[in-house]
Amino acid sequence: MDLFNNIILILDATLRVSTPLIFAALAGMFSERSGVVNIALEGKILASAFAGAAAAYITNSPWMGLLAGVFVSVMFAMLHGFATVTHRGDQVVSGMAINILAAGLTASLGNFWFHQGGNTPNLVDSLNGIDARFEPIVFPFAKALEDVPVIGGLYSELLSGHFLLVYLALLAVPASWFLLFRTRFGLRLRAVGENPTAVDTAGISVVRMRYMALIICGVLAGLAGVYLSVAVTAQFLPNMSAGKGYMALAALIFGKWRPRGALLACLMFGVLQAIADRSQGAMIGAFEIPVQFIEALPYILTVVLLGGFIGTAVAPKAVGKPYVKERE
Amino acid sequence: MTAQTDVAVQMAIELRGIDKRFGAVHANKNIDLKVEKGTIHGIVGENGAGKSTLMSIIYGFYEADKGEILIDEKVTKISDSKVAIASGIGMVHQHFMLIQNFTALENVILGAESGMMLNVSMEKARKELTRLASEYGLDVPLDVPVEQLSVGMQQRIEILKALYRGARILILDEPTGVLTPQEAEHLFKVLAALKEQGNTVIIITHKLQEIMAVTDNVSIMRRGEMVGHVKTAETNREQLAELMVGRKVLLRVNKTEAKPAGTLLKVNNLSWTDSAGVLRLDNVNFNVRAGEIVGIAGVSGNGQSELLELLSGIKNIQHGSIEVSGKTLDENHQLTPSEVRDIGVAHIPEDRHKMGLVNSFAADEAFILGYHRNDVYNAKLLMDQAAIKNDCAEKMEKWDVRPQDPKLKTANFSGGNQQKLVIAREMEQSPDVLLVGQPTRGVDIGAIESIHNRIIEMRDAGKAVLLVSVELEEIMSLADRILVMFDGKIVGEVPTDVANEQILGLMMANIVPDEVKALQKEAHS
Amino acid sequence: MSQQRIPAWVTVIGVPLVNILLAAIVSGFVFMYLNISPIDAVKTMAYGAFGSSYGWGYTLYYTTSFIFTGLAVAVAFHASLFNIGGEGQAYVGALGVGLVCLLLGGKIPFLLLLPLSIIAGGLFGALWAFIPAWLQATRGSHVVITTIMFNFIAASFMAYLLVEVLKPEGSMAVESAVFHEASWIPKIWELAGTMGIKMQRSPLNLSIIWALICSVFVYFFIWRTKWGYEIRSLGQNASAAEYAGINLNKTIIMTMLISGMLAGFFALNVVQGEAHQIKLSLVNGMGFTGIAVALMGRNHPIGIVLASLLFGFLYQGGGELQFEYGVDPRIIVVLQGLVILFSGALEHMTKHPVENAYLKLSQLVGKQEAKGA
Repeated sequence: MDLFNNIILILDATLRVSTPLIFAALAGMFSERSGVVNIALEGKILASAFAGAAAAYITNSPWMGLLAGVFVSVMFAMLHGFATVTHRGDQVVSGMAINILAAGLTASLGNFWFHQGGNTPNLVDSLNGIDARFEPIVFPFAKALEDVPVIGGLYSELLSGHFLLVYLALLAVPASWFLLFRTRFGLRLRAVGENPTAVDTAGISVVRMRYMALIICGVLAGLAGVYLSVAVTAQFLPNMSAGKGYMALAALIFGKWRPRGALLACLMFGVLQAIADRSQGAMIGAFEIPVQFIEALPYILTVVLLGGFIGTAVAPKAVGKPYVKERE
Repeated sequence: MTAQTDVAVQMAIELRGIDKRFGAVHANKNIDLKVEKGTIHGIVGENGAGKSTLMSIIYGFYEADKGEILIDEKVTKISDSKVAIASGIGMVHQHFMLIQNFTALENVILGAESGMMLNVSMEKARKELTRLASEYGLDVPLDVPVEQLSVGMQQRIEILKALYRGARILILDEPTGVLTPQEAEHLFKVLAALKEQGNTVIIITHKLQEIMAVTDNVSIMRRGEMVGHVKTAETNREQLAELMVGRKVLLRVNKTEAKPAGTLLKVNNLSWTDSAGVLRLDNVNFNVRAGEIVGIAGVSGNGQSELLELLSGIKNIQHGSIEVSGKTLDENHQLTPSEVRDIGVAHIPEDRHKMGLVNSFAADEAFILGYHRNDVYNAKLLMDQAAIKNDCAEKMEKWDVRPQDPKLKTANFSGGNQQKLVIAREMEQSPDVLLVGQPTRGVDIGAIESIHNRIIEMRDAGKAVLLVSVELEEIMSLADRILVMFDGKIVGEVPTDVANEQILGLMMANIVPDEVKALQKEAHS
Repeated sequence: MSQQRIPAWVTVIGVPLVNILLAAIVSGFVFMYLNISPIDAVKTMAYGAFGSSYGWGYTLYYTTSFIFTGLAVAVAFHASLFNIGGEGQAYVGALGVGLVCLLLGGKIPFLLLLPLSIIAGGLFGALWAFIPAWLQATRGSHVVITTIMFNFIAASFMAYLLVEVLKPEGSMAVESAVFHEASWIPKIWELAGTMGIKMQRSPLNLSIIWALICSVFVYFFIWRTKWGYEIRSLGQNASAAEYAGINLNKTIIMTMLISGMLAGFFALNVVQGEAHQIKLSLVNGMGFTGIAVALMGRNHPIGIVLASLLFGFLYQGGGELQFEYGVDPRIIVVLQGLVILFSGALEHMTKHPVENAYLKLSQLVGKQEAKGA
């Protein structure tokens, strides 16, 4: 039973850890499928985590935090679009600029507004009547079933008791799939990342499609950030995105730019993270795997995949290339 | 002209004073054009005459600087492709506008979907496409990613795309350039069927036999201008050719009889397959002797580029062998491009922008490309800047490259001068074997003559010259023997004194005329 | 071809200056929002950065770091490779430098040790760039993504070594032992002291000389050697480079090795020159700053040295802002982001307007002159 409980706990943690990765990986998917490289996920997560926590604290409402976080993330996405779609700037450079801007702005604005070394005040502070954190959602009968063997673990522990955003992330995967593969919008979006000239000659605006994709990207990345600060930590801490944007990018590549693949990659990376968080390492027989190795594993695996050693990851063809009408 | 005097005929498209510039390039100059409804209208002109630009303007891909467009005799402002499509214009571009990993069905509905949900659009399109397919003979597999289909199939999808959007006027840009003869034949049937149904077809090409075979009227463009409109029935190829190039096609360079000596380049059973699995070169055999120019004629894309790249070491030999300068190269004995240079082979590439030059380099830097490791340009660790600059200045003067400024950025020279820079670089290394690809592409008339003379000089100096060109007159005026390539194969060989446009044109379409067959038999016996 | 030529100085100096000006203006608004007068802020920063030998020392110390990471990015840029891995390469370079100092410090004379630590720092940095380079060359995996991944792998790898291997027995802090004093790169203020010049303490050390030597090396390497010629050909037109017989794979790998080596030298300044021990996250974003430096310096060593000096000024002056205004010192990170945004991502936005403005102006001047004559 101990092993079972341990597994349940790790899977439970996996869901928690994977949620921001799932949002961010889907965000990256919309952007890259439209042909815009997005290494700026990290910056968007950080900025929305900050804006979310700050707004939630000031308005004393997690929902206002959510709105603010998403809004700020979308604004950063629009900046990315302005630089790379409108002005055809280098997409990697622009992403880099956004990441660095977000790191600097969150720290300096945070310090200026709250004077806590860049942190935002705690969102749960009964002394001052602050309660602006998202509450976990407890499923019906979860309490009652808690002690029933197996079912209690599966239902009450693993499935129930997560933040709304966790369930939303899981829903976002099939929703993204549907949008991408079953709608007109998705068809056009995928086309624009493969061959923008063809899309242009089909009478569809490449610029408009890419901006739309970036808006969706912003919304999803914003949810990832809000989840971190308004739900999990109940506070913003400087650099709290801690590389999640890059890990999501890795998951996106690992999932071959597909929703289900990205989800699986996020869950896999999440399991690794959950194991690393729980222990000082894992034992395989008498051999101890260092915890740092487990932490690095997602990146190592992605590099191995990119090297074409385990399957191939074919990126959207036009990704990274600004669209310029060429003279024939 | 005579074609447009009949008042009763309806015009599908009329252009009035269309003018378009790209920076300093005046691509279309004050163009007038009338295309009758229900006809097949050909537009001919040499490469770079402005045909594609003009059609892209009609299709709304570019906007004209001046002039107006009438569709079905109404002035229509075509601001983008959407307007063009709505006005009933469809276009099949030279480079297909297909999403390679989409199916035919997905490609067809892209931008012409019915409603938000794909399945609705797909079902509707499937029915409609089945109907169109049977009506015009345009059968294609609907649910296979187009990257797995042949070029001919992909072109059919492009036509279906236009028809599905309700096109009544179909523009095809160089539609047969990449087709097999059977595919081309089929295409012409489709076009005839379209015309039958009252549609209008505009076909852009530089192949005169196609014009003669399928069109009702022809318009001729030269250097951005419209120089003539004729009824196909009232003209012939000679007249069209003359209008196209603007002078009698008698550009024979003064050259003496070739005095060929020993073989310097020999190609044995050379085959090459590209990464997509397409056989690009199919068992090619030929030789080039010292003191002769062997020309390779053919429509571009029939294996000429691959041949040059194999000979110059850029591509690796997969099958067969190359004997050059006393060495035999095969799949186990490969040379890199610089080693090929070292054994005395120089290569003037087909596309100077893609390969021959680095446009952002200063002229003297571009001038040493490929020879930058030579001792003359290097002083121990560092390159010898003064030597490089002086050498370039000297050669610029000798070859009359203007402006004579070795430090000017390569991109700032005119096309002709850029080409001279490349040719000077390669010829000045006094190679034994000279590979020449499209030496006068995008080069002004004045420079063409001097480039041609240089190539003859190389021959007379006892070099073996292999000349690849899509310009028949260039081949005929320079080469001593002509090989014709089609679909990766050498179709046949013609001595230059026998060759004419008609013979070569037939051979380029994989038809060997009897007189050539007889000659070949003679040579074998 | 344009009908009228735009002189080179307009694009090489004019456009970058306009970009930096835009970044400065936006930064000015940020400062105003934070209740700081931009002019006062510049004064405070200038005083902090250049007002004393202490300020100068720090400014130049940071400058040294940025020259290394900036050159690293620039060399790769010339082959049109975007090396975002300076962060990881510098971190692993610190391992090389640290190992030499830990193992040999005090056992061999400094003059023997220094070349070894230089080699080790460069070599380790280069090795960390090797796998991404090799994957790009032979497998076509984009260095942008792989070098990002390698930054994280480096962080985990170094954390492991620090915790499990390098941390001295019984120590709580996750850092290596302090190197033997005989392995430290001499500080400038100490050297000045021995020559009778009085300077305040600062971390500025002799690494700056090496940084300048590297700048000169990069200039000659890129513009005056055949290898540099091949790198630039590859970066400007890969198929022309192939036509020219340049071995693309070898050139990609060589470029990335040199880029990684330069990033690895970062550790000489920070580890052997100042910290004297390997610490967790010692690179602290300065590898990324190298991108801003390279973009601003237009990938030219002179530009990079000047841009490094500017960023050194910002880093040191930014610290001063904290004392004066209580503002978070990371405000300079905002400036850095704005510089990358305007001189990198938005470079096309300003290019045409600036060029057009030049043309208009030159026409106006031309008319005036015509009138005068």
